[in-house]
Amino acid sequence: MEESDALVVARIRSGDRDGFRILVDRHSRSVFRLAYRMTGNEFDAEDVVQETFLRAYKQLDAYESRSSFHTWIYRICANYSLDLIRSRQRHEDKRARQDAEGVDPLHNFPSAAPGQDRIFFNAEVKQKLDFALNELSRQERTAFMLRHFDGMSIEDIGVVLGLGTSATKNSIFRAVRKLREVLEPLLA
Amino acid sequence: MTDHIQEEQLILHYYGEAEISAAALERHLANCGDCRTRYQQVVRVLNSVEPEAIPERGAGYGGQVWEKLPASIKSRPSGRWFASRRWVPSAVMAALLAVAFLTGRHWPRETPQPVAAGQGQVRERILLVAVGDHLERSQMVLVELANSPASDLFNIALERSLAENLVEANRLYRQTAAATGNAPLADVLDDLERVLIEIVHSPETISRRQLEEIQHRIEERGLLFKVRVLGSQIRGRESTATREKNATKL
Repeated sequence: MEESDALVVARIRSGDRDGFRILVDRHSRSVFRLAYRMTGNEFDAEDVVQETFLRAYKQLDAYESRSSFHTWIYRICANYSLDLIRSRQRHEDKRARQDAEGVDPLHNFPSAAPGQDRIFFNAEVKQKLDFALNELSRQERTAFMLRHFDGMSIEDIGVVLGLGTSATKNSIFRAVRKLREVLEPLLA
Repeated sequence: MTDHIQEEQLILHYYGEAEISAAALERHLANCGDCRTRYQQVVRVLNSVEPEAIPERGAGYGGQVWEKLPASIKSRPSGRWFASRRWVPSAVMAALLAVAFLTGRHWPRETPQPVAAGQGQVRERILLVAVGDHLERSQMVLVELANSPASDLFNIALERSLAENLVEANRLYRQTAAATGNAPLADVLDDLERVLIEIVHSPETISRRQLEEIQHRIEERGLLFKVRVLGSQIRGRESTATREKNATKL
């Protein structure tokens, strides 16, 4: 029988050097999926995965087995993704200003262009859906994606986002309402 | 149940999390055409939101993630690895060693140099490892400060001590990068050095305002992002250098 995450964490705390590898093996793929959904591209998602596990290790003393390790690490991943998105936005703004001035100190750094391989069942719905999802606030988008795509319970989403149950529900309700406004005319 | 069901409850019902009994709700939907139509609209919209295609990561992905984590995670017994200072004295030594190896050599190399290629590759690998390591350590300090919650008083004694050791190594790498014409690396190291010096010159305990100023400085320069990207590029180059070494062996 597979050892529970809580037991593995206990082993790491007591000095087992290999324990963390078990957690990385178990959770890295799902953390990548969340990171990809939140950032929208592989380059950033990979960065988020590495940073998430680094932070998880550093904060392991703060982990309480009341919540599942999965939920706990999702929270770290979501927080860092949001930090990265904000920081990227600031960087892009600054870069746009610099480009306008003809200065580009990072000209040979890799670009972080989103992947082009998203698949949706219908081009028009996909276009509208992209638009609608982009119109959601980060909180609404994350709450909705965790509920809709990952099947995570509202209570756990609240833990991930650091919100109460009521605020989590409201985020999802707002997200669904906005999606309905955009998609319903197409689907009627 | 005689009143119409609110939209919120219909959404929760779709996800199996309705606050009212699912059986009662289903009965109501069976008997109330208005609610049934509204529920069908919710279902139609939510069913149309299909998951994006996410690039697959294979069963070995965990191993790849693990390999990229800092060596200290894999070797340190327990506790906050960031608090470990065992690496600190080695920072300047690594810098000195790398710079000594690099003397008289341009980096990065644009074209292969057949003469003494083996020696050149050794130099490059040592420098890549050392600079990559330096950036990783610097990143840890920046991440700690950039993400610290603003409290009234914040103790940065550890970060300050780490920054103190990194400044000297940073100076050596920056000068070497500038001397060998690697302007992008020199620029990032220059930005990094300014922030490290500011941390070194801060008191052990700083106020919320002082912390926010440091965080602002890190953000303003996009420093964390630059250090991450550069570190990632160097790790990539390091892997290439290792592959070249292995290919040479064959």
